[in-house]
Amino acid sequence: MKKIALGLTSVALSLAAAQSQAGEVEVLHWWTSGGEAAAINVLKDEMVDAGHTWKDFAVAGGGGESAMTVLKSRAIAGNPPSAAQIKGPTIQEWGDLGFLTNLDDVAEAGDWDVILPGVVSEVMKYDGHYVAAPVNVHRVNWMWANPEVFRKAGASIPTTWDQFITEAKKIKAAGFTPLAHGGQAWQDATLFEAIALSKGSKFYNSAFIGLSDKTLRSQDMIDVFSTFKQMREFVDTGFSGRDWNIATSMVINGEAAMQIMGDWAKGEFTAAGKKAGIDYVCYPAPGTSDAFTFNIDSLAMFKVDGKEQQVAQKDLARLILEPKFQETFNLNKGSIPTRLNMPRDKFDTCAHSAMDSFLASSTTGNLVPSMAHGMAVNSMVQGAIFDVVTNFFNDDSMTSEEAVDKLARAIKASM
Amino acid sequence: MNTKAANSGSQKTQSGRPARLSLADWMPKIVMAPTVVVTLVCIYGYMIWTAVLSFTNSRMLPSYKFVGVDQYERLFNNDRWIVALTNLGIFGGLFILICLFLGVVLAIFLDQKIRAEGAIRTIYLYPMAISFIVTGTAWKWLLNPTNGFEKLMVDLGFENFKFDWLINPDMVVYCLVIAAVWQASGFVMALFLAGLRGVDGDLIKAAHLDGASTFTTYRRIILPSLKPVFFSAMVILSHIAIKSFDLVAALTNGGPGYSSDLPANFMYAHTFTRSQIGLGSASAMVMLGCVLAILIPYLYSELRGERHE
Amino acid sequence: MSKASIGRQTTWVEKALRVALYTVLLIMAAVYLMPFLVMLLTSLKDVEEIRTGTLLSLPSTLDLSAWSKAWGEACTGNNCGGISPYFLNSFQIVIPAVLISTLLGAINGYVISLWKFRGSDLFFAALLVGCFIPFQVILLPMARTLGWLGIANTTTGLVFVHVVYGVAFTTLFFRNFYQAIPGELVKAARLDGAGFFTIFYRIILPLSTPIIVVTVIWQFTQIWNDFLFGVAFSGFDTQPVTVALNNLVNTSFGGKEYNVDMAAAIIAALPTLAVYVLAGKYFVRGLTAGAVKG
Repeated sequence: MKKIALGLTSVALSLAAAQSQAGEVEVLHWWTSGGEAAAINVLKDEMVDAGHTWKDFAVAGGGGESAMTVLKSRAIAGNPPSAAQIKGPTIQEWGDLGFLTNLDDVAEAGDWDVILPGVVSEVMKYDGHYVAAPVNVHRVNWMWANPEVFRKAGASIPTTWDQFITEAKKIKAAGFTPLAHGGQAWQDATLFEAIALSKGSKFYNSAFIGLSDKTLRSQDMIDVFSTFKQMREFVDTGFSGRDWNIATSMVINGEAAMQIMGDWAKGEFTAAGKKAGIDYVCYPAPGTSDAFTFNIDSLAMFKVDGKEQQVAQKDLARLILEPKFQETFNLNKGSIPTRLNMPRDKFDTCAHSAMDSFLASSTTGNLVPSMAHGMAVNSMVQGAIFDVVTNFFNDDSMTSEEAVDKLARAIKASM
Repeated sequence: MNTKAANSGSQKTQSGRPARLSLADWMPKIVMAPTVVVTLVCIYGYMIWTAVLSFTNSRMLPSYKFVGVDQYERLFNNDRWIVALTNLGIFGGLFILICLFLGVVLAIFLDQKIRAEGAIRTIYLYPMAISFIVTGTAWKWLLNPTNGFEKLMVDLGFENFKFDWLINPDMVVYCLVIAAVWQASGFVMALFLAGLRGVDGDLIKAAHLDGASTFTTYRRIILPSLKPVFFSAMVILSHIAIKSFDLVAALTNGGPGYSSDLPANFMYAHTFTRSQIGLGSASAMVMLGCVLAILIPYLYSELRGERHE
Repeated sequence: MSKASIGRQTTWVEKALRVALYTVLLIMAAVYLMPFLVMLLTSLKDVEEIRTGTLLSLPSTLDLSAWSKAWGEACTGNNCGGISPYFLNSFQIVIPAVLISTLLGAINGYVISLWKFRGSDLFFAALLVGCFIPFQVILLPMARTLGWLGIANTTTGLVFVHVVYGVAFTTLFFRNFYQAIPGELVKAARLDGAGFFTIFYRIILPLSTPIIVVTVIWQFTQIWNDFLFGVAFSGFDTQPVTVALNNLVNTSFGGKEYNVDMAAAIIAALPTLAVYVLAGKYFVRGLTAGAVKG
């Protein structure tokens, strides 16, 4: 009965949208944790409501490493999924290889050029055509803190990295872990880029987008590495290899005071039943309050065979940009909608602050792509930076000067 | 080679029913054919393909723009690759030695008419049955200073006990050795136990009658006769060492930093996550070189051994 | 080769040695058991107890809820069916792959050791190299091959891959075993008019039980535990249990449920464990019968 009912709805809907038939979409993604899974479920439900079949191909782990292996293996076998979670410059790489399908008709019907901020739509286009649909915008340069721990330690929330070091020392003396951190390359890089951003967005862009040798070898960069190394004494001994959400739970439990992490961490707080502003607080990472490091998640659409499948794929792209999905998805995921001018009353204070900052920074030039999350550079350069940063953080003998030299050389070698 | 001649000879001399015998003559080749084809394509074909890619600048997917030995130059200028190769040396050497030692000792101990031998043997052997994808988490905990051995010992009253190899870049490779030895040494033990059971009992009795001590008997008579087992174990262990991938992926993911990277992980990361197929292929070719360096002596001794038969 | 057979009297020195021997064996047994024990204990605790207790502390109550959750309810993304459906997938891959690769290995071994032809030794050497190539290397070309064959992302495709890369090992096992069979046996049978398959079926196969056991155990373990091929070549509905396990332990819903992770891990390992525990005896016996004499 339920199936018939669904079938009927689908007929009604497809008549309304276009003369479409029920197709299926296979979506390859690695949104498997708490809030993420709930968020992607919203999309699934909407697709099912539209009469399509949703094949959920989730491959968890390692920031999508396994998922990328699957995607490559499937693409090379000539059997790619309809949509895959790909982002940033990687979209261009797939576009270069001719795997992505053109979404311009959906975009035109949905006025994507108007509703999306320029910085977002640029990432979604290959060769001037839309090939991917953005689901959200994450702010990466957040600092999550447990106010209770600060109270107990008699410390106050730091707004610069120098203050961070003074306060962290107090917290450590009071018997707490000042910085909840997981020793994985991308987490090290997230912390590193937050410190780098405190030197200003000009410096950041020149280093991580322009890859300017001069900036990479500058005194500022040496300072960044030195500050970064100081963080090493504020993490606990068990940090090596820890997952980001375990680190977040240390802040939730009051074992640790702060975590530098993107706004997906909020999903963990929410899932644990904590309230923003009361049980936990969010501040921009020290020294970066007027800047916004963005990380845009998106689903890129692959060329698939079969009319029904193509229709389903276009429906998927359309639904992603609908206000309803944007709202529900982002409430679950902790991020902010990619659409401008959305009603914002359901979002919490952290999200409001992110939305304001997103708009403000886009006019001042302080809106920068996240290097740690593959928005700034391609995977080759990113990998080279990761290697140097994570090795430096864990190597007691390497000096900041050596690290800077290694960084500049590694980046050159990877290009 | 001689058999071939004998076969065709037999066809002529004994052919009561020539058609059937000639079919029988072809049969071995026919039944081997699928394996031959598949091996040529899926092992040698792919190897050649990888070799070709290692001379190109392939990035996300294979391309055929040739760049000479650039990728090899980049590979050996890459700190991470050097670390991975060094780690393989340390890890492989220690892993093979410790496994062989433990395997021999445990096998000899177990061969002393032990009660409940079956149960103990199964306990030693079971780690080989489980993938590291499964046991990795348990090992991560055991080796982690905040909740593993270190905490256990501190809780037991040894307050200054320290065991932080997992987070120490200089020591982490030994964590890999511990976990890998745990997994494979029981299997080596089983190989040696099987070998011991195959030793001619009369030889040992004779030695005892000559007044040789148990120790001397083992050293002079039993262990030397286990030479082929040592050899098989060496080959199996080095193959495990070179292919070790799950171990690192599950236990350290290469960390801290990239201090516990092994070549297989380097190759995987560069080929699949970093879009550097050219560089990844070059590293694969170097790994293949290591494999051949081990295999060729083994094959040589195998095939030479046959000629004596 | 024990002292008892010599019939000497047991002195206290020998008794002490005996005690020491047992002590060493038991300590080693404890070491080998430790990781599994940690997993088992953890799977029986609740989340709170895992956080507060130590690794080896006993659970206060016997709590099997983590097990049932891992089997049938745990979620990865949208799928909340635990790992049970993937369990079946694994069997669908493992059983045909083990049977085919063992059969092929037996026939190849039979040919290489008893029906040599020009180049068969060389081919054997070439095949051996196949045991050793790092499997990461073949992922991309194999993906393309599977695409051409039209079996990409299917169970058939996975069976094919496992057979291709398992046959080198199975051939090696059987070849080493058959090497010990005298060639005269085959010659005599041929004089009696027996054909290629008759000899194999009537004479060779009945002798092969020990090595078949070793090969089947080895292949079963290898294929069941495979993750790399499973993740790269499976479709969304043909993923084997190792991939599901990896998805599960890398997924969390507001705090990690280690008890469920551990229960799932043990469940995923149960078939191979059962094979080793139940057939371990035959494994060692089979190795004795010649597999190691290569």
